[in-house]
Amino acid sequence: MIALLLIVVPLLSGIAAFFLKKENSAKSWALFASIVTLAVSLLGLTVLNKPELLQFKCNWLPGLGSSFSIRLDGMGQLLCLLTAISFPLIFITTWHRVYKNAHNFFALMLLSQAGLMGVFLAMDALLFYFFWELALIPVYFLSSIWGAERRIAATFKFFIYTFIGSLLMLVGLIYLQSLTPDRSFDIKSFYAIVLNSKTQNWIFWLMFVAFAIKIPVFPFHSWQPDTYEQSPTAVTMVLSGIMVKMGLFAIIRWLLPVLPSASFAYGEKMISMWVIVGMIYASLLAWRQDDMKRLIAYSSIAHLGLMVVAIFSETEISMQGVMIQMFNHGINILGLWVVVEILERKYGTRKLSELGGLAQKAPAMAMLFVIVALANIALPLTNAFVGEFMMFTGIFTSPISEYEMITVPAAGITIILGAIYTLRMVQKVIYGNTNALTETGTDIGLNEKLVLGIIVILIIVVGIYPQPFLDLTKDTTNFILNKANLVPLLKK
Amino acid sequence: MNALIISAIMGVVMMFSGILLKQRSTIRGLALAGLFISIVLNVMELYGFHLFRINITNMMHFDRFSLFFNTLSMGCTFIFFLLSAKEMEKVGVGYADYFALIFFILCGIILASSFGSLLILFLGIEIISIPLYILTGSDKRNLKSNEASLKYFLLGAFSTGLMLMGITLIYGSSGSFTIDAITTPETKPGVLLIAGLLLLMFSMAFKVSAAPFHFWTPDVYDGAPTVFTSFMATIVKAAVFIAFIRLFYHAFGDIHDTWKFIIAVITALTLFIGNVTAVFQQSVKRMLAYSSIAQAGFMLMAVLALNSIGSEGILLYTTAYCLSTIGLFAILVKMKDFTFEGFNGFAKHQPLLAAAAVVFLLSLAGIPLTAGFLAKFYMINAVISSGGFLWLVILAVLMAAISVYYYFRVIQAMYFKEGEAQAMEVSSGFKWVISFVAALIVLLGVFPQLLFSWFYF
Repeated sequence: MIALLLIVVPLLSGIAAFFLKKENSAKSWALFASIVTLAVSLLGLTVLNKPELLQFKCNWLPGLGSSFSIRLDGMGQLLCLLTAISFPLIFITTWHRVYKNAHNFFALMLLSQAGLMGVFLAMDALLFYFFWELALIPVYFLSSIWGAERRIAATFKFFIYTFIGSLLMLVGLIYLQSLTPDRSFDIKSFYAIVLNSKTQNWIFWLMFVAFAIKIPVFPFHSWQPDTYEQSPTAVTMVLSGIMVKMGLFAIIRWLLPVLPSASFAYGEKMISMWVIVGMIYASLLAWRQDDMKRLIAYSSIAHLGLMVVAIFSETEISMQGVMIQMFNHGINILGLWVVVEILERKYGTRKLSELGGLAQKAPAMAMLFVIVALANIALPLTNAFVGEFMMFTGIFTSPISEYEMITVPAAGITIILGAIYTLRMVQKVIYGNTNALTETGTDIGLNEKLVLGIIVILIIVVGIYPQPFLDLTKDTTNFILNKANLVPLLKK
Repeated sequence: MNALIISAIMGVVMMFSGILLKQRSTIRGLALAGLFISIVLNVMELYGFHLFRINITNMMHFDRFSLFFNTLSMGCTFIFFLLSAKEMEKVGVGYADYFALIFFILCGIILASSFGSLLILFLGIEIISIPLYILTGSDKRNLKSNEASLKYFLLGAFSTGLMLMGITLIYGSSGSFTIDAITTPETKPGVLLIAGLLLLMFSMAFKVSAAPFHFWTPDVYDGAPTVFTSFMATIVKAAVFIAFIRLFYHAFGDIHDTWKFIIAVITALTLFIGNVTAVFQQSVKRMLAYSSIAQAGFMLMAVLALNSIGSEGILLYTTAYCLSTIGLFAILVKMKDFTFEGFNGFAKHQPLLAAAAVVFLLSLAGIPLTAGFLAKFYMINAVISSGGFLWLVILAVLMAAISVYYYFRVIQAMYFKEGEAQAMEVSSGFKWVISFVAALIVLLGVFPQLLFSWFYF
């Protein structure tokens, strides 16, 4: 019931929003619906956390061996919670922004939320594919209609990129289905497939490309900075905070356990290597950016790359680190985007060279911004420290890694670079002298304080006491690693 | 059988209605009523009601598959009439004659989807083709229309010649016109049989506009009056596909291994040429012509797979493709300017039509939640289940990704670009029908079993 509500509430409220012609009513309706979704998600975590409520199954396409089967496991809970928290925060942050045809904007936002929830909930490969695309379509329209000047070309590149990836994934999924004992798309049947390593190898690439484009992993990342830059900030928040998690999530749920030997063969040796190269490259690019949106975009490539490396090192501690870091990264990057949104609305620019001295004019914002920025560097006591520490420990101690003496220091460099570009950004924005543009600046309003305040509280609380989150995903992690079944592989 | 005879009678009736009836709306009403009656009688035949008892053993088989397809194609024709019958007035003077020709084409479709003998196949294909030559050239004062008609006629006659030659060779090798008797599992295909098979394959490939026999398609589709392009690119093409599958399943299914590689090559070429050429088009009408070649590539995958998933899939594919393309053409006819720029800002002026067009385009591109996605899914699934040809599947999905480029150009023009798209006034009835078609596509995209449960009962 809870699982079904998580999809149905945003879906129906999104469709309803198309018919609300007044801007304010659409806005309030979207906020209300997203808060209801958040409440459902929290209920599912606490009071109504019973297995029978967390799953739902009914017939859908019996002829094709597919059913409408959704279930909330620990990882699903965490990511659904992230999705549910993000949307109200996004709506509050962008409350004062005026959109043309606002009802369509909010309707599409809610529909993309429904698609994202579906991806995290689906326990059937075809259903998963359905939601995977459904999350994409509204975002494409949102960015193309309400984006910046070069929006059409940028979002089209993004769409074609991800669409090629997902079609290849579809071929992989259909091929896997044809190999299941009962010809079904159910996740249990997928987990029951036993394949020789040759077949695994090429299916692995079909599916991995789709996920790599979504994350994005170097060298499939070229859509990302353009799209982030050209999309309206509300959509960028969805894209970078939640949608990129779809790729990581899909590797964990649909790749590792289904194709363990191929993941082992390519993941640690090949993919990790080029991901690390990409991380350093992205960090260096982030250092040289003047546009805050592009800076954060490149920084995100570096952070997500580390998670990919951690996934393929396949230890419990690194996997747990990835789980908690997926949540943390979503929260932290949301905080950064909120700041960008505020700056852009107040001063009409995102360029570091044109800002400065805001600590004097907007002390509250400056304080909150610094905390978010420190979390982006993964300073101890912030949430990201927990995740990154666990991931590094996992990568370093992993029984399957052979090159940890190279990967860990190389990845460590990106942490240092992360500190450099993040602090450079903080310095250019809030320190120094005010200029003509920022001279007249004022501090942030109540709704922005509220949003940044919630984000900062989450950062600190998770940073000090992450245990509940780790407990939540423990079962999923162990289950996945059991399925990935490394022991026999290592003996060979 | 019911529908075949009623359509033939309706064809004659419509011919004379042009003389007897003065009001064009009455003619239209009569055609709609006649078509409706034949749909009803065809559905009744599915339930075992036969109006006529004629011995057609070995000549035709009205099995479930063909009756079901006939219902679908007549249903799509009905929607085509509702959307575009009024537009036919603008083509030329013989308003009633156009309906008569379409009813004759329907007769041909029924023959081609139900044949049991090669002779009936030939008859069906010819009865489809000849009225089409006339319809293509029906805009008599337009040079392009005349050119298209002549081109179509000459090349069509040539391919019919190939088909006859193929039938002759097959008769020579097997001694029978009955499709079930041509090969058996023990058959060792000889030169005569293979030559006949290839000739038949090429002539059918010509009729479904598969590469490298597609060269007539863009010119003919572009030159023909747009209302008739809509009909010939959808319902007629679907019917020829059904004939294609029926022929190769029954007549040559036993020697599948000898010819499937050739079909795979034709499929790959069709997908590649159709999609890549469509990218470079400037006119939406011409883009749709190439898109129909590209879609034919996907439908050919059912001929390649030749299994039950494929034959189920082709029913869904033809339905999805016909509905989306008919809907899109119905909107295109209303436009003043057929180029992509002509659609700029269309969403602002006609939000409902633009939204419906988005559904049609998404369905053609194969985006989930539309019937087009499941149709493509079925085709991929059919080929993968039949084993082998993974290179073809991967090529097909890459080509599907290319198709997104040209379909989405229309969406971009309608929604994201500023402009004054000029469209004619549309009636509220038209809007209702077009929303109904769009809703149907989404419904089939979520619950395709609505179609199949009816098929299997």
